[in-house]
Amino acid sequence: MSIPADLKYSDSHEWIRVEPDGNVTIGITHHAQDLLGDIVFVENPAVGRTLRKGEECGVVESVKAASDIYAPISGEVVAVNGELETAPEKINADAYGAWMFRLKPADKAELAGLLEASAYAKMVEAEAA
Amino acid sequence: MSLQRTPLYEAHRALRAKLVDFGGWEMPLHYGSQISEHQAVRARAGMFDVSHMLAVDVHGGQAESFLQGLLANNVGRLREDGRALYSCMLNEAGGILDDLIVYRLGANRYRVVVNAATALKDQDWMKSHAPAGVTLEPRRDLAMVAVQGPEAREKVWQAFPRTRSASEGLATFSCVLAGNVFIARTGYTGEDGFELMLPADGAVSAWEALLEAGVAPAGLAARDTLRLEAGMNLYGEDMDENVTPPECGLEWTVDFASPREFIGRSALLASPPRSRMSGLVLLERGVLRAHQDVRSPQGTGVVTSGTFSPTLQVSIALARVAPGVACGQSVEVQVRDRWLAARAVESPFVRRGRSLLPEFPATQ
Repeated sequence: MSIPADLKYSDSHEWIRVEPDGNVTIGITHHAQDLLGDIVFVENPAVGRTLRKGEECGVVESVKAASDIYAPISGEVVAVNGELETAPEKINADAYGAWMFRLKPADKAELAGLLEASAYAKMVEAEAA
Repeated sequence: MSLQRTPLYEAHRALRAKLVDFGGWEMPLHYGSQISEHQAVRARAGMFDVSHMLAVDVHGGQAESFLQGLLANNVGRLREDGRALYSCMLNEAGGILDDLIVYRLGANRYRVVVNAATALKDQDWMKSHAPAGVTLEPRRDLAMVAVQGPEAREKVWQAFPRTRSASEGLATFSCVLAGNVFIARTGYTGEDGFELMLPADGAVSAWEALLEAGVAPAGLAARDTLRLEAGMNLYGEDMDENVTPPECGLEWTVDFASPREFIGRSALLASPPRSRMSGLVLLERGVLRAHQDVRSPQGTGVVTSGTFSPTLQVSIALARVAPGVACGQSVEVQVRDRWLAARAVESPFVRRGRSLLPEFPATQ
């Protein structure tokens, strides 16, 4: 199970990386892509959209299922990974390289509410049990 | 209740299959990637454990007339031993209790293969209609493996050289007994291939021989995308007891030509279909799924099964639409909060590895 220690996580299986400029990059975890199987469609939120923490803001679909993506923190969408429109399978190949979108956080304090790698690993383990 | 397992359960575990509950059976969903398994079947050869399905042998002096009354298709059309027929089994209202394949093994000797989830219900129904002198023998002692793909038959002969002479001349929708292996040239993928039935205690060694010959193990997930591309209905999704054959694209399987009184006949003749089955191709990005609403000028409908087609690289579906919807016309499908453009098309979408939709060539 691949859960990089330098990232933060949400309980809905998104990973979050805080960039040097203060923005955060968001994708789905290796575990999430493994549950979904072959990914064939990604829909990202529009650049400029303001998201509230927990808001449904995108979707990742595999051959077998659709999974909603939730904003792990509040903020404005400042970039999306357009490459996933034509190559959504990149998430299967490299879940932590194939990022989905970037947010400019509205309230940095919300970052403290995210899960550390160890806590996320425990959650995944508990789900499997 | 604990899940039932096929004789190949341990073999699936050894191949690190992802196992899921399928109609009460613990079955492989995939062995890593459903798309590669799908492509293996379209391009070369793949195999599916279908031992959860049930073979019921029907024999006795009145077996033929019993099946002629029980099934909407006419087993009288099986003019010689070793021929197979696809049929629906209907209730009195014309609703589909199950879809099945019936093989003629001999005079008044038939083998009926039914779906796993409906197996108990089917047996009860058959028993309640069987006259004295007809024996129903469920064959849980058999394992079933479907080997499918352009190289499937060659691989079967490579794995079991002694079956070659008996099965080399086998026509589509025919079967033969080669030693203790029942071989049928049937399937559920739109590709050539064999379905094998063999004693359960020989299942693992047969599976291993096929692996050795280079046949890719494939799970239920690939089986679903393959059958959908091939325009084949799935019981419980595209049809059930509330749907009649003409409402799900199976009017061709109902035989009205013979005067026989099969169960459901008068209901079908009395009531015109309320809907019809259509293939759909999504013209925008997204994925069609079961239960999405369909709208058209002729009326509303619903997607009964949908997926992303690995062969066509576009989303396809089977849908129950208003009777007036014409092939080629545009319809809309509700995907989450939006109505997306789709086109009504004839299914199958893919046959023998080739796209049947000129605008969407096969990509392999």
